[in-house]
Amino acid sequence: MSREAVLVDAQWVEEHIDDPSVVLVEVDEDTTAYDKGHIRGAVKLDWKQDLQDPVRRDFVNQEQLSQLLSERGISNDDTIVLYGGNNNWFAAYAYWYLRLYGHEKALLLDGGRKKWELDSRELSDDVPDRPATTYTAKDPNLSIRAFRDETVEAIGTKNLVDVRSPDEYAGRLLAPAHLPQEQAQRAGHIPTANNIPWSKAANDDGTFRSDDELRELYREAGVDFSKDTIAYCRIGERSAHTWFVLHELLEQPNVKNYDGSWTEYGSLVGVPVAVGDEPGEG
Amino acid sequence: MCGGTEGGLSLDGVDLDKESVIQGVVLREEQPLGGAYVRLLDATGEFTAEVPTSATGQFRFFAAPGHWTLRALAPKADPVDRAVVAARGEVAEVRIVL
Repeated sequence: MSREAVLVDAQWVEEHIDDPSVVLVEVDEDTTAYDKGHIRGAVKLDWKQDLQDPVRRDFVNQEQLSQLLSERGISNDDTIVLYGGNNNWFAAYAYWYLRLYGHEKALLLDGGRKKWELDSRELSDDVPDRPATTYTAKDPNLSIRAFRDETVEAIGTKNLVDVRSPDEYAGRLLAPAHLPQEQAQRAGHIPTANNIPWSKAANDDGTFRSDDELRELYREAGVDFSKDTIAYCRIGERSAHTWFVLHELLEQPNVKNYDGSWTEYGSLVGVPVAVGDEPGEG
Repeated sequence: MCGGTEGGLSLDGVDLDKESVIQGVVLREEQPLGGAYVRLLDATGEFTAEVPTSATGQFRFFAAPGHWTLRALAPKADPVDRAVVAARGEVAEVRIVL
């Protein structure tokens, strides 16, 4: 994937806003954002209500996704353009998730909702009425999803990239600082993981840095591009942002998102944990 | 609100014994500015969190004790930085004027 094949800018969106084969999808954690105005024609996806299983701790399965996208009027052949708040964290998560279930034509709007707003571009209150379709999700492609056991095995062998903020990595915070901190698991990081906050990959306005800057960022921070990589954060959405950078923009072949991330790892019994600012020993 | 500052967000439901709160309001021409973005940067300048301001221009972070920088972004304005110190059990109130 080259940058042009996965990332579009606001001008592209404005030029394709009435293209019937293009579906804009806003993905948020805070879905009141969509209700306060969205890009004209955009469909809403709620990261939690729509994409997470209501009972098990997992994202929705193949059948649930097929049903969801059918109800929202999205077809297998549509080009899905994802954007959202939080610097596209949840849009990147949905992108990763749609790719995992084999959707061919997915794009991310560079800068997401924030850049669109900062540019004072038009927002609409109209909720689109899209006739239902028959969407068929493919078998999950697990080559881009890491589970806990292979993450433990990756200690000291693969690149582990912890994309949380330095204070979360060190164990001084348990969650991003816009959320209350009370949580039950241990603080710290997976030993040997390098801390490369997702935010280093983005500019203040939420757009991605250039490919050259990104490659230099990860190399300097200790990522060996000849090795496989697992990215993680707290719940897998910020690491989906970094997965997008490494796998889609920089075209690294073996990059997985560990969506169990710290909320799972930091609650496991008996696994090694490192605290402080250094990666620690394997 | 006991301990709250005039105009500050309500602290109902916040366990201040555990939290180091940074909150405040973004203003433009003395009016609260909704839909601005406030970034919380740590002592090294690294991004830690970001929130959009509410319709009444307000924002809140749950930080750790220490030195932080707030950076406000808004349409048609240059970013504005404000230094702030957070302490456990306290609410640091910050007014950011664009």
